[in-house]
Amino acid sequence: MPHPQLSANGELKHLLTIEGLPRALIHHILDTAKGFLGVNTRDVKKVPLLRGKSVFNLFFENSTRTRTTFEIAATRLSADVVNLNINTSSAAKGESLLDTIDNLVAMYADMFVVRHASSGAPFLIAEHVNRTRGEGVHVINAGDGRHAHPTQGLLDMYTIRHFKKDFTQLRVAIVGDVLHSRVARSDIHALTTLGVPEVRVIGPLTLLPSGLEQMGCQVYTDMKKGLKDVDVIIMLRLQHERMRGALLPSAQEYFKNYGLTQEKLALAKPDAIVMHPGPMNRGVEIESAVADGPQAVILEQVTFGIAVRMAVMSLLVASA
Amino acid sequence: MRISLKGGRLLGPVMLDGVSAKLHDAHTDLYIADGKILAIGKEPLGFSADLNLDLSQFCIAPGLVDLAARLREPGFEYKATLESEMQAALEGGITSLSCPPDTDPPLDEPGLVEMLKHRARGLQAASLYPLGAMTVGLKGEVITEMAELAEAGCIGFGHAGAMFTDTQVLLRAMQYAKSFGYTLWIQPCDYFLSRGGVAHSGAVAGRLGLSGVPVMAETVALHTIFELMAATGARVHLCRMSSAAGLELLKQARKDGLAVSADVAVHHLHLIDIDIGYFDPNMRVDPPFRAQRDRDALRAALQSGVVDAICSDHTPVDDDEKQLPFAEAAAGSSGLELLLPLTLKWASESRIDLAHAIDRLTRQPATVLGIDAGVIAPGAAADLCVFDPEDRWLVNASSLHSQGKHTPYWGRELVGRNRLTMVAGRIVLNHLGTRQ
Repeated sequence: MPHPQLSANGELKHLLTIEGLPRALIHHILDTAKGFLGVNTRDVKKVPLLRGKSVFNLFFENSTRTRTTFEIAATRLSADVVNLNINTSSAAKGESLLDTIDNLVAMYADMFVVRHASSGAPFLIAEHVNRTRGEGVHVINAGDGRHAHPTQGLLDMYTIRHFKKDFTQLRVAIVGDVLHSRVARSDIHALTTLGVPEVRVIGPLTLLPSGLEQMGCQVYTDMKKGLKDVDVIIMLRLQHERMRGALLPSAQEYFKNYGLTQEKLALAKPDAIVMHPGPMNRGVEIESAVADGPQAVILEQVTFGIAVRMAVMSLLVASA
Repeated sequence: MRISLKGGRLLGPVMLDGVSAKLHDAHTDLYIADGKILAIGKEPLGFSADLNLDLSQFCIAPGLVDLAARLREPGFEYKATLESEMQAALEGGITSLSCPPDTDPPLDEPGLVEMLKHRARGLQAASLYPLGAMTVGLKGEVITEMAELAEAGCIGFGHAGAMFTDTQVLLRAMQYAKSFGYTLWIQPCDYFLSRGGVAHSGAVAGRLGLSGVPVMAETVALHTIFELMAATGARVHLCRMSSAAGLELLKQARKDGLAVSADVAVHHLHLIDIDIGYFDPNMRVDPPFRAQRDRDALRAALQSGVVDAICSDHTPVDDDEKQLPFAEAAAGSSGLELLLPLTLKWASESRIDLAHAIDRLTRQPATVLGIDAGVIAPGAAADLCVFDPEDRWLVNASSLHSQGKHTPYWGRELVGRNRLTMVAGRIVLNHLGTRQ
């Protein structure tokens, strides 16, 4: 069964997941992003690569931040952007997901940026447009359930490459609610593909999914042991609703054991960088002194994110 | 009508000596008169057939007995109708079938059962043996009027996919069923441990970000069921076993002498969690496809008899409910027409005698149901399934007769296909001359 995100000749037709992407292709995306970084600091922040193309932001789950970064990336490539907040339109009227897609394809959409609460939803959409429309329509997964957030994974890799250069010498720790985190899954696939020899995940067993070892990770329940001598720390956002359902007793206890403080950060290598996909819960998963400290590269991630999303969009359009 | 079936390979439980049925596999003639098997092997003196069929290219088996086929009536006629699904059963060679009570409304009142039986009789197709609801509305709160329902035609009482939360109600249901000698049909699954789960808890679900149904959901439920059975002496049929650990508990329960039987859904003999691939909603079934070692254990348990029977777990689902992201898609697949070929596939891959495999589709499930069927014997009703074991066919919209077109085998080729179905001596389906 061919991967639905690759065309017959192995080009990226959709970006649905990082799992299975060749290492060279990931580096190619990051290299392309590097070229776009300059565009974002020019007076005229625009290139005409997507001129005349229509990008539909299809957000079945609210996310102002991610939607905005895709919107900025698309407009800097000169695309026309349509934002659809499906929560408040078709779905509420009972229209099925694929009917919505068919209608938008009939309006000559060139690209869908999809955020959905269900793992795998962008696959369903991509397979549907592959079946009904062939090559012309592209799908970017902007986060599906707990499964994947590939552009976030790529911008995280861009950030790590920017600060650390060589992936094959790194020790990376991912801390927090891995169970519910699409970012963690995308980061893990990217890190193992890029040759990081030691990917650690740190969290209480209630927040760690099964199968982490098979994904190439080492599991730590003790944050102090897990952070020892790491080069990169990726903190995950803790959703407040996790306090229900017996996953965690309280935010205070979580912060005490799994919150990143200066004291715990000192266990990592002195030049370790601290990342977070945002939005941060200060005082829950990260202390302000760390979030605003010299080792945090959280705002750089945001800047790189625009360039990475421009790179992905331009490569998808070029593949057609 | 008097029919002679000549030269067919007679397979499965056959009674030749007039005493007991033994597994049989040999080309043997059959003679049928007045809806019954008149003779096996030797032509009775003075027999003159109205119809002679040369079946030398085919296998003959007792009509298949399916322990779980959702017919979707009453209440879900948009998914399937009694007409469409009873026809699909005949296409699949099934002549007796049991339907779970999860209709809308559930089969918790005698009138509903009588109406269903009446409608089924009118179709003159397979014999229908409904399961009544164990509790009112399948809510797990109040036990149903089991005696009334049994009088209306229920052969047992089940809970389908609806799970128990209140263990005391389950205890009461067992005590009550035991009082009348009824069998309870229970799918072992702990409500709390499986809540929200859509895939087997393991590496695949972890990687795909799907909520898991742990094996523990099955084993914890089994521990409870077996404790209550031991205390009450109730008879329980376990529906849709799914895990190696669960089968170990079942094996022990049998050793302990509990009155327990069990079935497995035919697709669980083949598919595992990895087959979910890229979130294929056709792979969403309940219980979920588990790991390879679970699949292998199911195959072995079926062969050894720890699991009694194979069922189709036929669950027609319409497009609107299936063409959705994996976790939102309705669980279930169409199985009536795949039951035989997928059983043949198990037999061939596990190197099991065809007669033994057919036994798991005929005599064994008939024993679970407590009905007189599933055996070819002189004087027994002539319910037969005549199949071509070599016929290769594609599973697609034109080959499937069920209104539910969703199955993990969609677009795939299967080998072996029912070609003629006989119910009480009447040929109700005949495709002998045609291959796809």
